[in-house]
Amino acid sequence: MRPGVYGLMAEFDSADALMAAAKHAFERGYRKMDAYSPFPIEGLDEAIGYHPTGLPSLVFLGGLAGGLGGYLLQYFTAVIALPVNVGGRPFHSWPSFIPVTFECAILGASLTAVLGMFILNGLPMPYHPVFNVERFQFASRDRFFLCIEAKDPMYDRARTAREMGEWAPKDVVEVAE
Amino acid sequence: MAREKDAIIGPGHTYTSVTEKISSIVLRRGVGRGWLVGFSIASVLMGSLLTSLAVLLIFGTGVWGVNQPVGWGLAIVNFVWWIGIGHAGTLISAVLLLLNQGWRTSINRFAEAMTLIAVQCAGIFPLVHVGRPWLAYWLFPYPNTMGTWPQFRSPLLWDVFAVSTYATVSFLFWYVGLVPDLATLRDRAQHRWARVVYGALAMGWRGSARHWQRYQRAYLLLAGLATPLVISVHTIVSFDFAVSVIPGWHTTIFPPYFVAGAIYSGFAMVLTLSIPLRAAYGLEDFITDKHLDNMAKVMLATGLVVAYGYSMEAFYAWYSGNIYERFMFLNRATGPYAWAYVALIVVNVLIPQALWSKRVRSSAIALFLLSINVNIGMWLERFVIVVTSLHRDFLPSSWGMYTPTRWDWGLFAGTIGLFLTLILLFIRFLPVISIFEMREMLAHEKKGHS
Repeated sequence: MRPGVYGLMAEFDSADALMAAAKHAFERGYRKMDAYSPFPIEGLDEAIGYHPTGLPSLVFLGGLAGGLGGYLLQYFTAVIALPVNVGGRPFHSWPSFIPVTFECAILGASLTAVLGMFILNGLPMPYHPVFNVERFQFASRDRFFLCIEAKDPMYDRARTAREMGEWAPKDVVEVAE
Repeated sequence: MAREKDAIIGPGHTYTSVTEKISSIVLRRGVGRGWLVGFSIASVLMGSLLTSLAVLLIFGTGVWGVNQPVGWGLAIVNFVWWIGIGHAGTLISAVLLLLNQGWRTSINRFAEAMTLIAVQCAGIFPLVHVGRPWLAYWLFPYPNTMGTWPQFRSPLLWDVFAVSTYATVSFLFWYVGLVPDLATLRDRAQHRWARVVYGALAMGWRGSARHWQRYQRAYLLLAGLATPLVISVHTIVSFDFAVSVIPGWHTTIFPPYFVAGAIYSGFAMVLTLSIPLRAAYGLEDFITDKHLDNMAKVMLATGLVVAYGYSMEAFYAWYSGNIYERFMFLNRATGPYAWAYVALIVVNVLIPQALWSKRVRSSAIALFLLSINVNIGMWLERFVIVVTSLHRDFLPSSWGMYTPTRWDWGLFAGTIGLFLTLILLFIRFLPVISIFEMREMLAHEKKGHS
């Protein structure tokens, strides 16, 4: 691995070409790579060997924590901290605690979904080497990129570049660190 | 998404063309004359908001027409009206996403922004209606030296949690949807400051396949969470009324009928805004006649549910055998506020029946006028519900009349100004249509053709 090199990046002009290239790269044994596209492409994450992490279970826990927290807050205020006798009704009047419990559950789950997504994605990230590639600005418009990182054990500047060249890219460039 | 492909996006579009077309509204076109005229009008109305708020804070709620027995008045009418309008955004974004309705794509961003802004307009009213808005934080549960806590058995407090949760989740939904588009703007912007600001807001989004996977997962989960939320918010707003024992409010039809009314008014407002928008920026390729037609159908359907609500109110007034309920209804239909009730039925039930006609649904001008008509109708509905139930309740000795003062109207006009101001700023600085979802839709269409 040469110092100052993040990897090699191939540019494609269609989602299908990127998908095919990602599959080729995976077959060749590359693992440290990422594909970039201007919109989500079904199955691309699996093609580069990514297995989804537990965002849904995190969201479930967030919702549970929110709902439980909301209910306990109401129980605490209405039964322990400030019990108010309203016409002899029980202090623990659970039916009237349902709306707030529900809202807190939704709030907890939604915040977890959004924060979890950003944190697991490592965002915000003010600097990333892929942006050193001039053409990468089109990744947010109409171009598709595959980047094989230099830290992949299979990575070899010359051989990887030759292999990438076989997958019908528009161009293959080196990405500075 | 296989059906009516050509109808939901104009022919001949590519990833590049949709990106350039939508981002150019923000990045290239600058400030147009129409925008300036609109912003001037909005600023004048904003002046009305600031003046009305200043007068209210200096002199107190006595400047309004509210008193015994009508203690709610325009503040609550406007609150419910705005929050109802705020329901379409999340409904379009979340419910139509879950139902796999491809046509939502070109109107969801815009409708979400409308939701956020409408909720802010709505929030002003309960805030100032508490009388001492500088103490409104007492509504939140926090340990304090007074040793008190909010009363969680009160629908008013449910409202605080429902509306603040709704505002937060709507914001999250809108922002998450914006992130990939902010990255597009960052990459397309030529001005240094625009690049810095959009870049910071995009948080370094680079469209990685791993990121997209989590992104879509999170977006879908948010949609699933927002769907029951949107139903719950207006249900809880209706509890403000239904949980009380006032004749005309204490009914179980309120939650579904309020939710339908909210969707009705929300779609009306989306039409009111999107018809001029697409004309002004030449977006007919993206917001097609098919979109307008679909929205009109949703409006017609929810309008019929609302009409059913009105008829059930009348039916139960008779069927309950309760003299107060029966009096309330007769008073509503024939009493001093009968003009409002008659206008409500004409505007909100009879006129929208024109939507059955295909010719009406395919005319943008007719739909624009009808959508304004429904906005007015839904405002009248809340006026009728709030005022006619309160002004003559159980004891004839405590009957009274309610007339809004100029400061009531000034504040209402002012929130319309705030709404227009923020909408215009949104149009100027952020993409009004979700660019990446348009690209995704094109990709799906290509697959469908090949």
